[in-house]
Amino acid sequence: MAFPLLTLTAAIPAVGAVATAAVPAGRRTAAKWLALAFSLATLALAAVQLVRFDPGGTSQASSSGGAKGPFQLTESHAWIADFGVRYELGVDGIAVVLIALAALLIPFIMLAGWHDADPLETRSSRWRPTQGFFALILMVEAMVVISFEATDVFLFYIFFEAMLIPMYFLIGGFGDGAAEHGEAGAAAQRSYAAVKFLLYNLVGGLIMLAAVIGLYAVTADQLGTGTFSLQEIVQARAAGKLDIATTTERALFLGFFFAFAVKAPLWPLHTWLPNAMGEATAPVAVLITAVVDKVGTFAMLRFCLQLFPEASKWATPVIVVLSLISILYGALLAVGQRDIKRLVAYASISHFGFIVLGIFAMTSQGQSGATLYMVNHGVSTAALMLVAGFLISRRGSRLIADYGGVQKVAPVLAGTFLVGGLATLSLPGLAPFVSEFLVLVGTFSRYPVAGGIATLGIVLAALYVLVLYQRTMTGPVKEEVRGMPDLRARELAVVAPLIALLLFLGVYPKPVTEILDPAVRHTMSQVHQADPKPDVNDVEAAK
Amino acid sequence: MNPVNYLYLAALLFTIGAAGVLIRRNAIVIFMCVELMLNACNLAFVTFARLHGNLDGQIIAFFTMVVAAAEVVVGLAIIVTIFRSRHSASVDDAGLLKL
Amino acid sequence: MENLIGLLVLAPLLGAGVLLCGGRRLDRSGPWLGTLLAAVSFALGVVLFADMLGKGGEERALDVTVFQWVPVGGFRADVGFHLDQLSMTFVLLITGVGSLIHLYSVGYMAHDERKRRFFGYLNLFLAAMLLLVLADNYLLLYVGWEGVGLASYLLIGFWQHKPSAATAAKKAFLVNRVGDMGLSIAIMLLFTTFGTFAFDPVLTRATDAGEGKLTAVALMLLLAACGKSAQVPLQSWLGDAMEGPTPVSALIHAATMVTAGVYLITRSGAVFDAAPDAQTAVVTVGAVTLLFGAIVGCAKDDIKKALAGSTMSQIGYMILAAGLGPIGYVFAIMHLVTHGFFKAGLFLGAGSVMHGMNDEVDMRRYGGLRTYMPVTFVTFGLGYLAIIGFPGLSGFFSKDKIIEAAFAKGGTEGWILGGAALLGAAITAYYMTRVMLLTFFGEKRWQPDAEGEMPHPHESPRTMTVPMIVLAFGSVFAGGLFSINDTFLKWLEPVTGHEEGHSPVSALTVTAATMVVLVIGVAIAWAQYGRRPVPVTAPRGSLLTRAARRDLLQDDFNHVVLVRGGEHLTRSLVYVDHSLVDGVVNGTAASVGGLSGRMRKLQNGYARSYAVSMFGGAAVLIAATLLMRAV
Repeated sequence: MAFPLLTLTAAIPAVGAVATAAVPAGRRTAAKWLALAFSLATLALAAVQLVRFDPGGTSQASSSGGAKGPFQLTESHAWIADFGVRYELGVDGIAVVLIALAALLIPFIMLAGWHDADPLETRSSRWRPTQGFFALILMVEAMVVISFEATDVFLFYIFFEAMLIPMYFLIGGFGDGAAEHGEAGAAAQRSYAAVKFLLYNLVGGLIMLAAVIGLYAVTADQLGTGTFSLQEIVQARAAGKLDIATTTERALFLGFFFAFAVKAPLWPLHTWLPNAMGEATAPVAVLITAVVDKVGTFAMLRFCLQLFPEASKWATPVIVVLSLISILYGALLAVGQRDIKRLVAYASISHFGFIVLGIFAMTSQGQSGATLYMVNHGVSTAALMLVAGFLISRRGSRLIADYGGVQKVAPVLAGTFLVGGLATLSLPGLAPFVSEFLVLVGTFSRYPVAGGIATLGIVLAALYVLVLYQRTMTGPVKEEVRGMPDLRARELAVVAPLIALLLFLGVYPKPVTEILDPAVRHTMSQVHQADPKPDVNDVEAAK
Repeated sequence: MNPVNYLYLAALLFTIGAAGVLIRRNAIVIFMCVELMLNACNLAFVTFARLHGNLDGQIIAFFTMVVAAAEVVVGLAIIVTIFRSRHSASVDDAGLLKL
Repeated sequence: MENLIGLLVLAPLLGAGVLLCGGRRLDRSGPWLGTLLAAVSFALGVVLFADMLGKGGEERALDVTVFQWVPVGGFRADVGFHLDQLSMTFVLLITGVGSLIHLYSVGYMAHDERKRRFFGYLNLFLAAMLLLVLADNYLLLYVGWEGVGLASYLLIGFWQHKPSAATAAKKAFLVNRVGDMGLSIAIMLLFTTFGTFAFDPVLTRATDAGEGKLTAVALMLLLAACGKSAQVPLQSWLGDAMEGPTPVSALIHAATMVTAGVYLITRSGAVFDAAPDAQTAVVTVGAVTLLFGAIVGCAKDDIKKALAGSTMSQIGYMILAAGLGPIGYVFAIMHLVTHGFFKAGLFLGAGSVMHGMNDEVDMRRYGGLRTYMPVTFVTFGLGYLAIIGFPGLSGFFSKDKIIEAAFAKGGTEGWILGGAALLGAAITAYYMTRVMLLTFFGEKRWQPDAEGEMPHPHESPRTMTVPMIVLAFGSVFAGGLFSINDTFLKWLEPVTGHEEGHSPVSALTVTAATMVVLVIGVAIAWAQYGRRPVPVTAPRGSLLTRAARRDLLQDDFNHVVLVRGGEHLTRSLVYVDHSLVDGVVNGTAASVGGLSGRMRKLQNGYARSYAVSMFGGAAVLIAATLLMRAV
C-alpha cells in the first residue's frame, strides 16, 4: 500500500486541533505555538504533495488497483459498503494548488490572530478560549483539505457541511470588539452573523444532499450498484453505461450548484458574507473568504462541470449573467460601504463573480484564469484584510470615517495596505492582474458582450480601493489616530511574505499555471468544449 | 330480532361516549366515557361476528376487553396520583406540558 | 547588446525597490542613488543608441524574449522587449529628461522629509515608462501603462496630507482606469482576432482581419490614449494633477507619460491605417483637444494649470498628427520630443519660480521677476519662444510640420483640421505670452503667504538651474537638428513609414500663415497684460472666461452626472441589498417564525381540544375513505 500522503495532510491538522484543545487552561502561549507548529507541519506536507505531484502525468495506479484518470496520489477504501460510499482521495493540479494555498494561509491567519482570543480569557478559566480559537482554525483547515482531496461525492459532502460547525463558532465566538453599538450590541450582531452564515450554508447543503441522494438513485438504477465515486460516474458516462436523462441531469446540477453558489457566494445568495466577514475578527474573515469559500468555486469546477457537463452548458447563460451582476453589484456596494471589513467583503463578492465567470466561460483561458484567481484572490485578500485588521485593532473601530491621515503616522502600515489594495484592484505586476486578465480574455473570446461588461469591474475596483485608501490613510491626521504605532515585527512577518508572494506570482506565475494547465485541459475535455478559434488563425504558422 | 339494530345501539353508545369525552372535565367521567366507547366497539365487533358467521369479531372483542382492563389500571393510577397532588380531577387543570 | 535592454528597465526598478524598502538609512543618500540609477539607465540608452546607429536602417530593431510570463493553453504572453527607432527615441527622451529632472528634484525636494520615497516613486515611474515603450506585446505594454499610472498616482498624491492632492491623485487614477478599460478590451479583441497580441504578427498582418474588427480595436486604443494623454473626453484629470510636486508635473505630466497615448497610436499605426473611420475619430479628438486645452490655458491664473492646459493642447497636436496616418506619424513623434524639452523646461522654470515665491502659484501675484531670477527667466523665455513656434526654435519646426500635414490630409477635412491647428497656434501664442508677461514682466504684485511672510525671490540652487539650462538647449536646437536633411524623418521612417500628402496650400504659405497668427496672438496678449497693469484678484470675466476657468464646465458635468449619480446609485444599491435581497431572506426567516408562532397556539394544553381534533381527524379520514369508495 502506498504512503497515505493525502490522508496525512488532512489528519495532521485534525490531530493538531485535538491536541491544542487539550492544552490545559493556564498554558495558552503553549497552545498557540502548538497550533502554529501543526499548521506548519501541514504546510510541509502540502509542499511534499506539490513536489510529488507530476503535472504532466495523468494518473498513478491507486492503492485499490485501479482507475485511470486525472487524479494522482490516490487512496481508495470501502467505507459504507452498503451504499457504495468509498473513502476516495485524489488530487489534480487544481486541488493540489488550492491545498497549498490553504496550508500556506493558515499559519499567517494564526499569526495575525495571535491575540484575538486574549480579551476573552478573563471571563472564565474553564472555557479556554485561546485553545478553542486555534483548535477551531485547525479543524477548519483539516476539513477544507479533505474537501479538496475527496473524489467521492458523499465524502466531500460530509466535510463540506461539517466545516460549518467550527466556522460557526469562530464567527460567533470571537469578535474584534469594534462594533458601533457597544459590547452587548456587538455580541448580538455577531450571533446574528453566525446564525445567518449557518442557515444559508445549511439550506444550500440540504439541497445538495437531495441532489447527492438523487445521483445515487440514478446510478443505482442504471449501474446495478449505486456509487458516489466521481471517477466511476464519469467513466460510466463516457462509456455510455450511464445515461442520465436531460431533466434529471439539470435538476441534479442545480442542486449541486445552489450549494456551491451559496458558498462562493454568488449574487443573490451573497448577503451572509458581509455580515460574517464584518463581525468576525480579521483573521477569521480571511479564513472565510480566502480558504473556506474557495471550496465552493473549486467544487463547481470539480463536481458541477465533471458530473453534469451537459447541464453545465445549459445553465451557462444564466450563470454568466449572475456572475456579471455579482461583479458589478459587489463593486458598487463596496463603494457605498462605511465599514472597512464589509467593504472588503463586497469586494470579495465582486471577485468571486470573476471566478465563477471564468469557470463558466468554458474556455481554457477563463478556467485557468479562474483557478489562478482563486489562489491570487486568497493571497491578496489576506494581505488587505489582515492589514485592515491590524489597523482596526489599533483604533478599535471599523468605520472608515473614524480614520484619516494614518499614512503620516504609520507609513509602513499604510504602504502595505496600499499594496494589498492595489492587488485587489488588479494592478499589473501583482498577481491578481494575470488571473483577472485571463478570465476577461477567456470570457471575451466566447461572450464578447459579457467580457466587455466585466471590464467595467476594473474601473469600479479602482474606485472602491482608492476611496478607501484616501479616506483612511491620507488627508490631515485625525486626533484619535495620532500616536498610532506602526506595524510590529509579528505583523510585518505576516504581511511581508504575502506581499512578496503577490509580487512573485505577478511577475512569474508560470510555476503555478504549469500545474493548473493540464487539469484545466482535462476539465475542458470533460465538458466537450474547445476554445474559439481566432479569425486570423494562421498567424502562428506564418511566424 | 334484526342484528342490525345492535349496530344502531353501538353507534348510539359510541356517540354518547364521545360526547362525554368532549364535554366533561372530570377525568374519571372522561375515563368512563372512553370505556363506553370501547364497549360500543365491542358490541359492534360481536354483532359483525354474528352477521358474518365467523368468530373473528368475538376474538377481537376479547382483546379489547383485556387492553381496556390494562388501561384502567394505568389510567386510574395516573388519575389518582394527579388528584392527590393537585386536589382536582379536572383535565383542564393539568396543562403542564403546554409551552 | 540584447541584455542591455533588460538592464535599462532593471536599473530604475532596482532603485525603486531599494529606496522604497530601504528604510531611514537611505534618507540622506537616497536622492543621489535614485539620480545615479536614472543616469545609468540613460547611459545604457546611449550605448544602445550608438550601437543602433552603426547598423543599416532596416536592421536596427532588436528583439529579446526574457521569459515566458503567462503561458496558458493557447494564450501566451512573454516578457520580451522590442527596441527599434521609435522606442529608442522614447528611451532617450525618458531617461535623458528623466535624469535631468531627478537632478532638479535633488534641489527642489531638499527640505522634504519624505524625499527618499519621492525618488523611489520617480525611479518606479522610469522603470514602468521604459517597460511601456520597450514591450514587444500589448499585454506587457499594458503593465507599463498601468505602472506609469500607479507612479503618477503616487506622485500626484505625494503630499497626501493635503486632501486636494489625495483627491487629485485618485481622480487621475480613476480616469486613467477608464482609458485602461479601453486598452484591455483592445487587447482582448486582438486576442480573439489574431490569437495573440504580440506586435510582430498583429502589426505585420493587421490587414488580414476585417475592417470592422480593426476599427473596434483602434477605437478602444484611442480610448486608452485619451485617458493617458488627457484628451477630450478624459482630460479632466490633468489640471488637478498639478497638485503633485513640480518636477513630477514636468516629467510625467508634460514630457513623458502623457505622451504615451501618442506612442500607442503611432506604434499601432498598422491597425489605424486599416481603419479610416477610427482615424477620423483620432483627428477629431486631437483637433478638439488642442483647442480645448488652449482655451483652458488662457483662463487659468495658476501657472501650473495654465501650463497643463498647454500640455493638453500640444498633445492634441500630436494626436492629430498621429491620426493623419503615415503623413503625420513622424511629425507627431518629432513634436513629442521637442515638446518634451520645452515643456519640461517650462515646468521646471515654473517650479523654480514657485520655489522662490514661497510656493505661490497664482500668476497674478508674481510680476517683475526677471531681474530676481535671471537664469530661470532666460531658460523659461527660450522655452516660451520654442512653444509658440518662434522661427528657428524647436517648436517652429515640429508644429509647422503638423499644421502642414493637417492641410495635406486633403478635402474639407484637411481645411478644417488645418484651420483648427492654425487657430490653436494663435491661442498658444496668446496664453504663453500671458504667462510670460504675468510672471516676469510688469510691476511686482507679490502678496504675503499664509504665514504672513513676504516672498524673497531668489535664484534656485545649481542642481535646479543646470537641468533647466540643458533643457533650454534642447528647446532651442532640437527642432533644427532634427530638420536638417530630414534627419528625424529618415531615422523613424523604417518603423512608422512616411508619405507626403498633397497639400492644397504650399508649405511656404502655411509657414507664413503660422507667423501671422503667432504675431496676432502675441499682440493681443500684450495689449491685455503688457500695456495695462494687472489686477491682483481676477476680474469676473466673460462667460467663456468663467467657463474656461472651470475647465469648460467638464468637471461640473462629471460631478453632477458621474459623482452625484454614482453616489445615488451606490446608496440606493446599499439600500436594495439591505432591504430587498437581504430582506427576502430575513423575511423568509420572519415568516417561518410567525407561522410557527401561530401553529403553537393550537397546542393549548386542554386535553378535550386535542380530543376534538382527534375526532375531527377520524371523521375526515372516514369521510375520505367513503368518498374514495363512492367514486
